[in-house]
Amino acid sequence: MDLLLDGFQTALTPENLLFAALGVLLGTAVGVLPGIGPAMTLALLLPVTYSVGADSAIIMFAGIYYGGMYGGSTTSILLNTPGESSSVITAIEGNKMAKAGRAAQALATAAIGSFVAGSIATVLLWIVTPQVADIVVTLGSPSYFALMMLALFAVTAVLGASKLRGFIALFLGLAIGLVGTSTGQARLTFGEPLLADGIDIVVVAVALFAIGEALWVAAHLRRKPLEIIPVGQPWMSKEDWGRSWKPWLRGTAFGFPFGALPAGGAELPTFLSYATEKRLTKHPEEFGKGAIEGVAGPEAANNASAAGTLVPLLALGLPTTATAAIMLVALQGYGFQTGPTLMDDHPDLVWGLLASLFVANALLLVLNLPMAPLWARLLRIPRPYLYAGILFFASLGAYSVNFQAFDLALLLVLGILGFFMRRFGIPVLPLIIGVILGPKLEEQLTTALKISQGDVSTLWSEPVAVVVYAVMALLLVAMAVAGLRRPAEPPAPSPQDEKELIER
Amino acid sequence: MHRPGRTLVALLLALALAAVVSGCGVTRGSDDPSNRRLRMMIPNSVGGGYDLTGRAAARAMEDNDLTGRFEITNVQGASGTVAMQRLVNEKGADDLMMLMGLGVVGAVYTNRSGATPLKMTPIARLVEEQEGILVPADSPFETIDDLVDAWREDPGGLAVGGGSSNGGPDHLFPMQLADAIGVDPTKVNYISYDGGGPLTTALLGAKIDVGMSGLGEFEGQIEDGKLRVLAVSGAERLEGIDAPTLTEAGVDLVFTNWRGVLAPPGISDAQREYLTELLTEMHDTAEWREALEANGWTDNFATGQEFEDFLAEQDDRVADTLKELGLA
Repeated sequence: MDLLLDGFQTALTPENLLFAALGVLLGTAVGVLPGIGPAMTLALLLPVTYSVGADSAIIMFAGIYYGGMYGGSTTSILLNTPGESSSVITAIEGNKMAKAGRAAQALATAAIGSFVAGSIATVLLWIVTPQVADIVVTLGSPSYFALMMLALFAVTAVLGASKLRGFIALFLGLAIGLVGTSTGQARLTFGEPLLADGIDIVVVAVALFAIGEALWVAAHLRRKPLEIIPVGQPWMSKEDWGRSWKPWLRGTAFGFPFGALPAGGAELPTFLSYATEKRLTKHPEEFGKGAIEGVAGPEAANNASAAGTLVPLLALGLPTTATAAIMLVALQGYGFQTGPTLMDDHPDLVWGLLASLFVANALLLVLNLPMAPLWARLLRIPRPYLYAGILFFASLGAYSVNFQAFDLALLLVLGILGFFMRRFGIPVLPLIIGVILGPKLEEQLTTALKISQGDVSTLWSEPVAVVVYAVMALLLVAMAVAGLRRPAEPPAPSPQDEKELIER
Repeated sequence: MHRPGRTLVALLLALALAAVVSGCGVTRGSDDPSNRRLRMMIPNSVGGGYDLTGRAAARAMEDNDLTGRFEITNVQGASGTVAMQRLVNEKGADDLMMLMGLGVVGAVYTNRSGATPLKMTPIARLVEEQEGILVPADSPFETIDDLVDAWREDPGGLAVGGGSSNGGPDHLFPMQLADAIGVDPTKVNYISYDGGGPLTTALLGAKIDVGMSGLGEFEGQIEDGKLRVLAVSGAERLEGIDAPTLTEAGVDLVFTNWRGVLAPPGISDAQREYLTELLTEMHDTAEWREALEANGWTDNFATGQEFEDFLAEQDDRVADTLKELGLA
């Protein structure tokens, strides 16, 4: 406890507070831009930071990290242009809310949810980091494979009204996920080295969401009267709070452990949170049209997972994300021995960082909550200008990653795919899940089978894997029983629903 | 502990990040070297090994007014193949240099690209890094001999992990090691991890039998006794690491991962001379020595014919290894 108070003393000096604020602002800015993530920002700032003290630099980095997680959700909600892979899921319900005049509420639930999740996760970090370190490395590929199978299983919750269309989308996503040479064999690269590393999920998401929508709007601009986006209330209502707090907590529960697992990542928990909220909600009719739970849960999940990734980083010196890897490089640049002994050797640095995470979180809330109604007014820009802006923004993001014109062509091709998916009522979410899950699932499976030299029984050789398969079996039984009890439901989509599906 | 003025500069620089990202124009043709603008291409992401080396070199040159500001571009794709192709396309460009190394040589072959290192203009080798052979603390292998015996007995049964994909240094090293001890490289069970972090996880969890990688990212784990180094791959022992070299242990192999600088094909001799001179001056700066120290890189500077011969020899060796494996 004393250590923590000392930590706050480090974090709350005016200078470090300034660095935390700077980090949060920078992080929000780069989180907003698709293509420029917190990892790239930190790397570019590395040389700069060596002229300031280690504690200040690390505190600023933590601010950038959290800020990036938050900034990504702002453009997801407002412009349907996710800036980071972990905020792709937020766009699904968040942008629908914005279109219905509830942008301020969506931004607020994202901000408060991020704060709640980030705070709880930071407290968890204080408590569990010393204990769990040795446990997380016992999970091998079989366990990760099982966890990803569980996530794939949860896709059934988001296939949409038409299972056929849902599966088309899922398999399209899995096919896009195959592109590249990750297995050592070139697949679907058409001899193009630019495709060898696969297609980035952010490019896919921005193309399908933003470009696809812009094309769709352009195609209908003259045929349909302009929908005026209602102005709406500036703040969250009592009902919004009531519907948000449970998803925040559940999102945290998904995000933190996945973040703490070396191969967990931030995308899986956001998706699992979304699927869970969709199953548990009392307003299933709103999902797909702007349900606040679908924003609150995933946003809490991605922030909690950001905190979770610091568990292996601080306890073992293990970077599990690109951002964490660069923070490690920074620590080494200051001459710190990163590894299992960091916490014992430099408690002031570690606890200062943990305290500053709390500070960064609070700063983000203070900065962003009053901004929510202001941001929401952005949507009142006349649509031709708004969509021109979105197209510019999306292209800039895709281009700035690599300065390759090829990426712009890729963006356009996938954007046209997005346009036709809208035209034929094919849901986007299963495709996104396919792109995220497919390569990970394959990587873990091949690693597991390579180590076991092809012996399939390795897949249930770890306790975590066995537990996950048991949970899946129970869920299957529960679904089958529920299906038997209410055989007549759900009814086939009426012509009205079909029409609506296509309109979307 | 630091002057407030420097802090302010750091803050301003941080705010100018957007300008850094967008890059800036190129002006040429002045006599003052500090006005001369050069471009540097980095074949992997920001924060990676090539990136850190390239940016450190550029900073050493800028700070000593050997050149004006560098325009640094990270060209990612196919482990450097994309960047090499771009270097070919810039044939004759007299203001460009590219960071590369052993991994790029391998990637060019595994991707079956025509943009091989021998087509470019070699300028200098900068640094090298030894590979280490790592096992978890409770591994049955106490010495490199134990490992060699087990590997010979059951070539496919030993799960060998590395932090690079096919053609990268952590992949080439175990293959050449296997060849040196009489194990058929095509039988080696190599498991590729996405960099040092995941490889450490696999080693700590004892998911693989042995890991091969540069040791920079493992120092903490080694010091803490969670991982053990059986041998290092260079000609001499590594300071601070209690492990023999392979040659000391009776294995006839010296292997190092290296990084160097190439220029586009078709530049004039004068231009090649200028770039070589520039990097030689860079090599003598205090900033560069500090960077070597801070990053744990081993200085192994070479230019001219020496580097050209070295590059040809490496290219040959990599091509042989990968062809034997059917990967090139």
